[in-house]
Amino acid sequence: MKKIAFSFKNVSFSHSNGKEALRNINISATAGESIAIIGSSGSGKTSFLNLIASSLRPSTGSITVLNVDPWAISKGQLQRLRSQIGLVHQAAPIPPRQRVITAVLAGRLGQWPLWRSLLSLIYPVDITGPQSCLQKLDLADRLFDRCDRLSGGQLQRVGVARVLYQAPHLFLADEPVSAMDPVLSDLTIQCLLEDAQSRDACFVASLHAVDIALRWFPRIIGLRDGAIFFDLPASEVSESLLQQLYESERGELPKQGSTNL
Amino acid sequence: MSRTLYVRDPDALRRFSVAVIALVILWPMIQLAQFDVFALFEVSNLKVFTNFLIQFFPPNLQASFLALVLKATIETLAMATAGIALAMLMAIPLGLIITYSLSISRIGPASGHQIARLSRYLARMLMLLLRGIPEIVWALLLVRVFGLGPIAGVLAIAITYGGMLAKVYSEILETENTLPARALLMLGSSRINAFLYGLLPGASQELASYTIYRWECAVRASVVMGFVGAGGLGQLMDQSMKMLNGSEVSTILIVFLLLVLLADYISLIIRRQLA
Repeated sequence: MKKIAFSFKNVSFSHSNGKEALRNINISATAGESIAIIGSSGSGKTSFLNLIASSLRPSTGSITVLNVDPWAISKGQLQRLRSQIGLVHQAAPIPPRQRVITAVLAGRLGQWPLWRSLLSLIYPVDITGPQSCLQKLDLADRLFDRCDRLSGGQLQRVGVARVLYQAPHLFLADEPVSAMDPVLSDLTIQCLLEDAQSRDACFVASLHAVDIALRWFPRIIGLRDGAIFFDLPASEVSESLLQQLYESERGELPKQGSTNL
Repeated sequence: MSRTLYVRDPDALRRFSVAVIALVILWPMIQLAQFDVFALFEVSNLKVFTNFLIQFFPPNLQASFLALVLKATIETLAMATAGIALAMLMAIPLGLIITYSLSISRIGPASGHQIARLSRYLARMLMLLLRGIPEIVWALLLVRVFGLGPIAGVLAIAITYGGMLAKVYSEILETENTLPARALLMLGSSRINAFLYGLLPGASQELASYTIYRWECAVRASVVMGFVGAGGLGQLMDQSMKMLNGSEVSTILIVFLLLVLLADYISLIIRRQLA
């Protein structure tokens, strides 16, 4: 049997303002699995990812991530757990004045001893590693550029390269390709999928564009109003199910390149 | 969900009352401070004033005095620089401890939550103690311990400015975009690394320019402390003042202005380097 990447047991989550974001979620995923989460805005996709990332605490229920309960371990153990979880953010959280190479190297800060990260500020401790990550994303020529010289889509790919460099056991991506054109979106998703598969890591992405989700991901989870509406292999997700999922958006399915985010 | 539609600015009343309250508080304060602009322009006062200013002219430019001023200037600069350097040594760790956006315990589970809060609280109290007592008081105290000379001034600056720098450092770091640091903490990085890789690139310019401004303040403060015997330009000025030698005082004041100009210039260069 394969290792469990994460599992939710009766998990509910309410924001501090009392608004319920997720209710009664039961789900689990194994290592090596790739899952897309779809649903209209406000359906709870981001909260779901934040719960797995253990940056939000469930209001009720229990969560296990990479075989540990993140809410019951020590600070040092938690730091080690976090270094095994890679997050791709919708807006890459990278200081504009940082160089691309530094931003990518920062992916390993959770694994490096302090002296190594200090040394790397003076001279990059690893150049080929970040370079090959950027190469996969067609961005190798920007290695020594400053991040404020990049476009939104390029910056998003630097964020992806950082996570590739981190090489975690669990990838979590929140709208990872929202700022990219269709060709680059496909390239980036493919790159993340291949990397996750090759290292037997679990990959969970929330996606706005339904067609990307169906094209690349074997397992699709549809969230509606904070509950799991369906959890099916991609081949079993029918048009009518999707219409129901996006009912609140007047039945129009969000596709790649459509502008409403 | 029902929404109220406003025809008038709903905040107007609040803004108006804040303005009125501010005036009501401010007016008695001006009275209490015996603030009276017109006293400046009364004939008798103007006369005293001009007599005092006339003494300042011309500045004393004798070589022997200038040599004395030069030596005192170097002493003052050394005092301010050493003081700020020591202050930074204190301020950087303190500032990092109290910066909330670098708190690991905030973004999720951690058993050390209470300890983290306690240490932040203690650091804040320590900062308050350091900067709450004016540097001149520290200097008076330290002169008693170390005797006359710059060492008391250096330590007084280090103590007070350490507290101030720590406070402002943490505030600068708080106002920075904290998402990069948060993202790094989320991938398991330590606070120091989150600071170095996430916050510093954006904040370095502002941190540097504030530190240089504080250095400029330290130059001025070291002068005041010279009056209580902590050496440097202040001590020289104290002597000139006591001997009612206006021309010497004006030479020293000119040197001050040049020092402030210098500080401005250094700040400009460093900011350009970091931009």
